[in-house]
Amino acid sequence: MTSQSENIEVTTVEETTVENAQVETLVNAEYEHGFVTDIESDTIAPGLNEDVIRMISAKKDEPEWLLQWRLDAYRHWLTMDTPEWAHVHHEEIDYQAISYYSAPKSKGDGPKSLDEVDPKLLETYEKLGIPLQEQMMLAGVAVDAVFDSVSVATTFKDKLADAGVIFGSFSEAVKEHPELVRKYLGTVVPTGDNFFAALNSAVFTDGSFCFIPKGVRCPMELSTYFRINAANTGQFERTLIIAEEGSHVSYLEGCTAPMRDENQLHAAVVELIALDDAQIKYSTVQNWYPGDENGVGGIYNFVTKRGDCRGVNSKISWTQVETGSAITWKYPSCILRGDNSVGEFYSVAVTNNYQQADTGTKMIHIGKNTRSTIISKGISARFGQNTYRGMVRIAKTAENARNYTQCDSLLMGDKCGAHTFPYIEVKNSTAIVEHEATTSKIGEDQLFYCKQRGISEEDAVNMIVNGFCKEVFKELPMEFAVEAQKLLGITLEGAVG
Amino acid sequence: MSSPQDNILAENFHAAFSAHQDANAVGDLKSLSWLSAHRQSAFDQFQKEGFPTRHHENWKYTDVSRITKTGFITANPTHNAIQTDELDKLKFNTENCHELVFINGQFSAEHSDIGSLDDQVVIGSLRDALKNTPELIEKRFNQFAKKNHSRENHVFAALNTAFFHDGAFIYVPDNVVIEEPIVIYYISSHNEVMLTTAPRNLIIMGKNAQASVIESFHGLKGVVSFTNTITEIETEDGAVLEHYKVQQENTDSFHIGGTHLKLHRNSRVESHSISLGGAIVRNDIVTDLAGEGAEIILNGLYMGNGRQHVDNHTLVNHSKPHTRSDEYYRGVLDGRARGVFNGKVIVHKDAQKTDASQSNANLLLSDHAEIDTKPELEIYADDVKCSHGATVGQLDKNMLFYLRSRGLDADTAKSLLTFAFADEVIRRIKFAPIREQLEFNVGGRLPGSDLIKANLSSARQN
Repeated sequence: MTSQSENIEVTTVEETTVENAQVETLVNAEYEHGFVTDIESDTIAPGLNEDVIRMISAKKDEPEWLLQWRLDAYRHWLTMDTPEWAHVHHEEIDYQAISYYSAPKSKGDGPKSLDEVDPKLLETYEKLGIPLQEQMMLAGVAVDAVFDSVSVATTFKDKLADAGVIFGSFSEAVKEHPELVRKYLGTVVPTGDNFFAALNSAVFTDGSFCFIPKGVRCPMELSTYFRINAANTGQFERTLIIAEEGSHVSYLEGCTAPMRDENQLHAAVVELIALDDAQIKYSTVQNWYPGDENGVGGIYNFVTKRGDCRGVNSKISWTQVETGSAITWKYPSCILRGDNSVGEFYSVAVTNNYQQADTGTKMIHIGKNTRSTIISKGISARFGQNTYRGMVRIAKTAENARNYTQCDSLLMGDKCGAHTFPYIEVKNSTAIVEHEATTSKIGEDQLFYCKQRGISEEDAVNMIVNGFCKEVFKELPMEFAVEAQKLLGITLEGAVG
Repeated sequence: MSSPQDNILAENFHAAFSAHQDANAVGDLKSLSWLSAHRQSAFDQFQKEGFPTRHHENWKYTDVSRITKTGFITANPTHNAIQTDELDKLKFNTENCHELVFINGQFSAEHSDIGSLDDQVVIGSLRDALKNTPELIEKRFNQFAKKNHSRENHVFAALNTAFFHDGAFIYVPDNVVIEEPIVIYYISSHNEVMLTTAPRNLIIMGKNAQASVIESFHGLKGVVSFTNTITEIETEDGAVLEHYKVQQENTDSFHIGGTHLKLHRNSRVESHSISLGGAIVRNDIVTDLAGEGAEIILNGLYMGNGRQHVDNHTLVNHSKPHTRSDEYYRGVLDGRARGVFNGKVIVHKDAQKTDASQSNANLLLSDHAEIDTKPELEIYADDVKCSHGATVGQLDKNMLFYLRSRGLDADTAKSLLTFAFADEVIRRIKFAPIREQLEFNVGGRLPGSDLIKANLSSARQN
C-alpha cells in the first residue's frame, strides 16, 4: 500500500484538513482484486422460465423431487413482489436479463486433484492471495472453492471423511447423500420465505454442503471462497450446514470478485441447523466489487442467512465483515428454538463511495433460557449509507430469555448516512431485553491526543477504526482476522491494515 | 378500500363530508376558501389512501379495524351538555388558570373560564378565531399536511382536517409571558351512541413568548367515544412552551391524536404525554426543529391493563444545526395490554452539532402483556451526537425482597416499585397540580395501593 501513503503525504503537504485527507485516501484506494479471468464458460442464454429451471436441474442431473421443489419455489416467486422496505435505492432488476447458469468448462470429467484444475483458475486464486496448495500445506484449511457456480477443487476431503464429516459441493451432496439433503433442505429458509430466497430456491446452481455427525468436533476450520467471474451471471449459492448432537464446526466464507461495470445480482441462501448441544460458528468476509467511486457497477448482494438452534443447549454464532458490494441486503438470523440455546451476531459493515448496506439480524427466542447477543459496528464514508436493521422477538414461551444489543455507527465525512432500525417485540414478562445505539464521528480529541504523541494522522485513524471494530474482529478465527483487517484497509480507509 | 363494507363506509363518509362542507359554507365560515381547500384536499387524501392496515409499516403493531367499524357518527352542536358537578370532579386542583372546556368536541362558553387576558393575547375557540382573526390562522394552519409524508400526515390527521368542528386557539404575541397555565378539558359525555369528535387546536407562540398548555381528555362514567384530535404548535424565535397531554378516557374508548410542532430559532418546547385510558390509543408527536438552537424535550408515560392497546409514535426532525432533542418514554404493561413505542430521530443533511438522545424503558408485568418497541435513528450528518436505548424488563427481585422483608405484602411491594418506575416520568412534570393528580391516579390504579394513596394524599395536604 505504498501508493496510499504517498497520497497521504501529498495531501498533508497541501494542508488539507484531516477529514479530507482521509476521504481522499478512501477514494484513491482502488479495488485490489479487480481482474477478469478468461475462462470459457458454459453459460445458458439470459432469461428465466420453467424451461430454464428444468435445464439447470438436468445439467446438474438432479433427482425429480429437487426439480419439483425448484418449480414450486419458482411458481411461488412469480406471485411475490420485490421487497421495498430496505433503506436502499437501486434501479429495478430485470430478472429476464440475467443468465442463470454458468459453469467453467473443464477438460475431462472434472479434476480429481489440484493438478487437474485449470491453471488459469489456480492463477486467479493466487492473485487473490489464497493459493490452494499453500493453504493445504500451511493453514490446514479445507477449501471448497466455488468458481462461479460449480465447485472445481475440494481439498482435505480424506481427513474430514475419516472424522465422518461430509463437506463438499451441494451438487455432490445431492448425488451422494440425497436423504440428508432432502431431510434438511428448506427447513430453515422455506422456499417462499422471501422474494430472493424463493428466487434462489428456484435457480440455485451450487453451493456447499456440510454435515457433522453426532459427537464430532470438526478437525479443521471449513472454508469456501466464492467468486463471481463470468459477466452477467447472477450467482445463486445454496449452503446447508447440519451439526448433529454434540458436534462442533467453524465455517469460514470469504468473497472477492473482479472489477466490472454492470451490476451483478447475488442472492444466496445459507441454512444452518444445530441439534442438541451442537455449535456452529459461521464467519464471513465479504469483499465483492463495490462499484467505482461514482457508484457505477458493483454487486447487488441480497442474501438470506438463517440458523436454527433446533436442539437444547445449541449455539449458532454469526460473524461478518461486510466491506464490499454496491448494495448489501443481509440479515443472518437465529431461531432459538431449543431450550438454553444461544445466538450471536457480530458484524462490521463498511460503506464507502456510493455503497449502501442494509444489514442486521433477527433473534427469535422461542425456547426457555435462550440468550442472544448482537454487536453491530457500521462505518460510513463519503456517500455511503449504512443501515442496521434488526429484530429481537421474545415469544410467549421463551421464559427467562435474555438479549443484549449494541449498535454503533462511525461517520466519516458529512455526506454519508448511518441509520438504525431495531424492532423489539416482547411477549414474555420474564424477558430482559436491552438495546443501545450510538452514532459519532472520529473524535477530534482522540485524533489530537494521538498526534500529540507523535502518531501520524493516518495511523491515528487506523487505530481508532480498529479499536471501534475490535469487539467484532476478536470473534473471527485467526486466519480470517488478518484478512478482515486487510480488506477493511482496502475497502475503506486506506487507513487500516 | 375494496371490500363491500369499505365501500359503504366510503359512501357514508362522502355524504357526511358533503353535508359538512355545506353546513360550513352556509354557516359563518363561508368566506374562508382556504379552509375549504384544506378540507377538500384532506378528504381527497382520505379517499385515495383509505384506512391503514397492519401492512403499513407505520401501523405494523396497531390494528385500527375496530375503530373503522364504529360508524363515525360525528358530534354536532347539540351534543353540548354536562352536569357542572360531574365536570368539576374531572378538573385538576388548580386555581388561577385559563380554562377552556369542550363537551363532545363543542366549545362550552358556559363552563369555560378564560379569565382576564392582555391585549392581543387570544385564548378561545378556534371557530370563533376563524371568524374574528382568520389572518392569524391562515398561514399556520395545517402546515404539516404539505409535507405529504404518510408518517406525519396519516389518514386520521386528514380526517380531522376534513371534519373538525372546533378546538382551542391560543395566540401569544411577541414578548408576552402568560403566567397562569392554560388548561383545556375535552369531555366525552354522550352515552347514547358512540360519538366521533375531532378537536383541532392551534397554538402560536410569538417571539420570546412563554406559556404552559395542558390538554386533558376525559370520558364520563360509561361513555364510549372516539376522539381524533390534532394539535398544531408553532413557536417563534426564543419562545418557551410547556405542553401537556393527559389522556384518561374510559377503557372502551378510542383515541387517535397527533401533535405537530414547528420550532424556530432558540425556542424550546417541553412535551409531556401521559396515556392512561382508552381501548386503542395512538399518539403521534411530530417535531420539526426548524431553527438553530431549537430544543425539544419529550417525556412520555403509557400504562396499559386489561385489553388496552397504547401506541406512541414520535418523530423528531433535526432540520437545522445546533438543535437538541431529549426523549424519555416509559411504559408499564399489565393484564393483556399491548404497548407500542416507535421513536424516530432524523438528522438531516447539514444539521451538524445535533445532540439527540432517546430512551425507552418498559416494564412487563404479565405474561399476556406485550411490548413492541422500535427506536430508530436516521442520520445524514457526521458531526453529531446521537444515541438511543430501549429496554424491556421486570421488577427487580432484590428490591421486592427488600420491601417484603420490611413487612409489606406482595401486592403493595409490587405496586410501590411499579409506581416508582412510572413516577420517573411524572416527577418531570413541573406543574404541581397535574403532577400530584397524576401521581394519585397512577398510584390508585395499582393493586393494594391504599398505602401509596394514603401517603400521596397526606403529601398533598402538606
